Amino acid sequence: MNSSNIGTELPPTAVAFIESAAASFQKIPGSAIVIRYIRSSYQNDPIRSLVELFLFIFAVRYLLAPAYSTKKTKNVHLTEDEIDELVEDWTPEPLAGEQSEWEKLENDRIPVIIGPAAPKTKLQNGRTVTNLASYNHYNFASNPELTAKAVNTVRTYGVGPCSPPGFYGTQDVHMKSEADIAAHLGMPACIIYAQSFSTISSVIPAFSKRGDIIVADKAVNYPIRKGLQISRSTVRWYDHNDMEDLERVLAKVVKEGQGKPLTRRFIVTEGLFENTGDVVNLPKLVELKFKYKFRLILDETWSYGTMGRTGKGVTEHQHVDPNNVDMIIGGLAGCMSSGGGFCASTEEIVEHQRLSAAAYTFSAALPALLATTASETVTILQEEPSIIQNLRENIRAMRAQLDPRSDWVICTSSPENPVMLLVLKEQVVKDRGFSRQEQEFLLQDCVDECLANGVLITRLKSMPPALGSSPRDQEKEWLPRPALKVCVTTGLSKKETEKAGIVIRHAITAVMKGKKWQR
Amino acid sequence: MPAIRALNPFASSPTASPDTAILSEKEPIRIETRETTPNKQGIRIPRPKFSLPFSNSNPKTAKTTEPQQQQVKLEPPQIPNFRPPSPQIPTLSLPTINLTTATGEKSKMEKTEPLTLFSPPTPAEARRIAKQHAAFGPLGSKQHLYSSRFVGDEFPEPIEDEPPYYYLITTYISYLILIIFGHVRDFFGKRFKPDHYKQLREQDGYAPLNSDFDNFYIRRLQLRINDVFRRPVTGVPGRFITLLDRQSDDFNLSFKLTGTTTQTLNMSSYNYLGFAQSEGECAEAAEASVKKYGISFCSPRADSGTSELHREVESQVAEFVGKEAASIYSMGFVTNATIFPALVGKGCLLISDQLNHSSIRFGARLSGAVIDMFKHNDMLALEKLLRERISQGQPRTHRPWRKILVAVEGLYSMEGTMCNLPGLIALKKKYKFGLYVDEAHSIGALGPRGRGVCDYFGINPSEIDILMGTFTKSFGANGGYIASSKALIDKIRINNAGTIFGECPTPAVLSQISSSLRIIAGELSPGQGEERLQRLAFNSRYLRLGLKRLGFIVYGHDDSPIIPLLLYHPAKIPAFSHEMLKRKIAVVVVGYPATPLISSRARFCVSAAHTKDDLDRLLAACDQAGDVLQLKFSSGIAGGQEPLHDGLTNEKEVEIRSCLEAGGKPAVVPPRWRLDDVIRRGVQDVKQPLT
Ligand SMILES: Cc1ncc(COP(=O)(O)O)c(C=O)c1O
Repeated sequence: MNSSNIGTELPPTAVAFIESAAASFQKIPGSAIVIRYIRSSYQNDPIRSLVELFLFIFAVRYLLAPAYSTKKTKNVHLTEDEIDELVEDWTPEPLAGEQSEWEKLENDRIPVIIGPAAPKTKLQNGRTVTNLASYNHYNFASNPELTAKAVNTVRTYGVGPCSPPGFYGTQDVHMKSEADIAAHLGMPACIIYAQSFSTISSVIPAFSKRGDIIVADKAVNYPIRKGLQISRSTVRWYDHNDMEDLERVLAKVVKEGQGKPLTRRFIVTEGLFENTGDVVNLPKLVELKFKYKFRLILDETWSYGTMGRTGKGVTEHQHVDPNNVDMIIGGLAGCMSSGGGFCASTEEIVEHQRLSAAAYTFSAALPALLATTASETVTILQEEPSIIQNLRENIRAMRAQLDPRSDWVICTSSPENPVMLLVLKEQVVKDRGFSRQEQEFLLQDCVDECLANGVLITRLKSMPPALGSSPRDQEKEWLPRPALKVCVTTGLSKKETEKAGIVIRHAITAVMKGKKWQR
Repeated sequence: MPAIRALNPFASSPTASPDTAILSEKEPIRIETRETTPNKQGIRIPRPKFSLPFSNSNPKTAKTTEPQQQQVKLEPPQIPNFRPPSPQIPTLSLPTINLTTATGEKSKMEKTEPLTLFSPPTPAEARRIAKQHAAFGPLGSKQHLYSSRFVGDEFPEPIEDEPPYYYLITTYISYLILIIFGHVRDFFGKRFKPDHYKQLREQDGYAPLNSDFDNFYIRRLQLRINDVFRRPVTGVPGRFITLLDRQSDDFNLSFKLTGTTTQTLNMSSYNYLGFAQSEGECAEAAEASVKKYGISFCSPRADSGTSELHREVESQVAEFVGKEAASIYSMGFVTNATIFPALVGKGCLLISDQLNHSSIRFGARLSGAVIDMFKHNDMLALEKLLRERISQGQPRTHRPWRKILVAVEGLYSMEGTMCNLPGLIALKKKYKFGLYVDEAHSIGALGPRGRGVCDYFGINPSEIDILMGTFTKSFGANGGYIASSKALIDKIRINNAGTIFGECPTPAVLSQISSSLRIIAGELSPGQGEERLQRLAFNSRYLRLGLKRLGFIVYGHDDSPIIPLLLYHPAKIPAFSHEMLKRKIAVVVVGYPATPLISSRARFCVSAAHTKDDLDRLLAACDQAGDVLQLKFSSGIAGGQEPLHDGLTNEKEVEIRSCLEAGGKPAVVPPRWRLDDVIRRGVQDVKQPLT
């Protein structure tokens, strides 16, 4: 039947061949059964049988093939002697290259403080200076009540928990801080990491994997970049804080994704930007996120504790329900004077991190005394929001002295941001033709000049280019503008803050008018 | 006739007790006679006095070759139901203190006046002592000290024993059943309870956060045993650890604290030298430091987070590990994650041991270097890889590599193995690569002076380019360090993200590090550091030998304070943990994916804070659990035999090794010692090569 069926379509030679093949096949013992099986199972559809046969052969070949190797056979074949020779010839570069002039200078200029990081800090050279370089915005660091509680914790828990959280390292104090922070933010759950800096680098890859899509602001900070890199997801950038550009990118991603299996999509950005100091437009962001069905990961490391009436961050400041943000990442090591970072979100998202966020699972838990301090400072912010108002007043006082009073710099930070970033005016840079590196040197001179006048400030530090990266790669990288960093604190009175502001302004003027930087 | 002796360790002893026959492995009675319920009242039941041999002699004479005879005579009744002492420290009862000091062998060793022990302390005093001892147990006897270092040039891998095939096959079958059940439950669940699977499906345009496939393991396998992970604790994670009791009403989906606590023996924390204390020099230093410096410096190192304390700790660390300079960070994980991008990049090759910690992989991936892995501790595989990679150069371009860095760990936290440092140094000389050793677990825990693997192997630290370590383990603090040449450290102060952006370590942590380092080095309360080191070395070997002799399969090198006990079956993971918890012992159990599918294990971390009694209690618990759960399946090739008479050369092991290498089956008898014998012989045998 088979052959006659086919015969209508195939040339006669093929028919003859098939018939003879069928005849010889029928001579094989047991063939009848096979034929019957094939016929009945494939409803007499020979093409389908053929396809299946090919698939079968392919599967066998695939199974028998040697294990797939990434190294392939591109290797040049070499004899043992030749290898020995090559090994002898090979001279590696030293692990650490020579220090450049700039690196030496930076190393020399790192201030060493004696005693606590108080608003008036004593330095190694014996001088006492006004400290506007540390994130001790509320001066919690040496608050006597807090230190007394920290001492109590040390006397009950020791210092380190000696275990990762998964293996008996979760202490009751950690659970309490998690609950306290979640309650402060008004979110269902929270997880505490042992370091603020690395938190987001672990949160992102815990959710976003290869094939997923992340849309990120071009100006995001270093740990976010590293998180994106680890996640191996596809990353799309939008112009810094440009919501129109964001919408364009989102629409494009959605359009490209049509017809393909749905992958996870995230928007990653910061509340207050570490590199520019300005604030995100959260209401718009949330609107776009819902419109294009993206999840929003918001890094509030710099805004938690400083923005909003009770320091909840940008959500409070811009009146956005925090539950519209999928994950809020915050830091406790800055103005909270404690240590560690957190991610607040839903129960489900938090639990997922406990199993799959590398810096949580594979690292020891936060020391108990820092967890209790975090609980305390969170409570203080809620109970005494007036300290936040005091901070804002100091920020205003400082700002009044610098921007727009200074002829040389402007402040790119948002008005509520206690970390004030001062960049050289574009006109100044253009007029004098300063390169990036020159700006860095110049600002370091400003820092030195301030210090000479008794005010400790610092520069916005950025990562040097990756080792081995070509200039072409480096050009593509977004780099922050070189900036001075002035951290305002309530540990100083308004008067003192103003005075320090004047010192800074004069120092900048002195450097700019000095011979060294005239062009 | 080692074989016969191995069957019955006391066979050669003419006065062996009559029930020697029951030492053989298939003795069923023992299971029934074991008393498994721990005593809950917190009152210590007088412990049977099975005073150990040589309790009255000094360690030198302990080397005599015919130890047992007299002792066995003195101790005829082998009490079958040995009860572990309760974990609760009785605070008020006089007899306890009496017993603690009167147990075992220390009677004449101690210079302490036994009389005072009998005067009851005031309740407050007793509470104070109890608290102190809960964090750090008192040393029972001077004999419970040892100092380990490696001598020789070839550092062999430990022999890895395997259970009979039956266990391997049933392990696979268990997983199969679990997986089938999981799928069946999913099949019905997705149809009848779609709500529970909501998060795995696409929802109004959002892709699920967890993929169904990735989540299957967690949902269907791990959830069942979730109660053995992440048990919350309170207080000092010292010798004992206090668990917060919890309950689940929804099959481990969530837990509720019941409000009660259980004090358990802590075999889980990485508290190797016992510095997790809320009293003593370290806690005092931490307290003083908080008072003087405040809680935090609120700044990264590169801004204004560098204080005299940081500088001091850095120079202390450098001196301690024997390097020119050091740089410290507030988290060990990040130390690894940020150092690799600062050292290697494009055009460089990073070779990493297969079992390296996740933080090393994290850093390696960020660096942009080509990454290769070699089989755990296999020097031949490493050499082969190096030859191929150096001779072929960079992929595609075949340009020579700019740098090659080999990253290994000093002591592997899941295996208990140490890196083969002599082997690595030999390769390094030939192939000129940079060597990076992560001493997270080995610093403080290994070597006669606690200075890590270099100290243990007697190798000059200058042979290694970069020594990394963490303070989370032996020092009871937090954070990590990099120690290397001054030039390298100066460089990474500037180009390492950990110093530029990472918050700096806090004052209390720094003082904890500084004072524990000074104690180990003998600068602070001289003698204490040495005692801690020697107790750790003794405890590690004692427990390992005991477990081997009882018939368990354990992994790792003999001097390692990390002792993984192999469970194999997935069902035994929770069972073992529960059996231990019933006996008030906190252990870490791990299974896939942290270990290979087949080799689920329990991991004991020995501490200097443990006393010999604690370890005996653990051995007793393991003995009982091992019988109930059928965990004693060692074949004897990995040790647990009776030591050799001369105590010097380890011929038996050499014999077994050569036999194994030749592909044969060595003639060994599986060790199945009785608990009492294990305990009786342990103290002295531990100081000989552990066959
Ligand atoms: C080998 C190794 N490196 C690094 C770390 C991370 O250290 P930390 O817990 O201080 O983050 C660990 C901790 O588990 C480890 O085992």
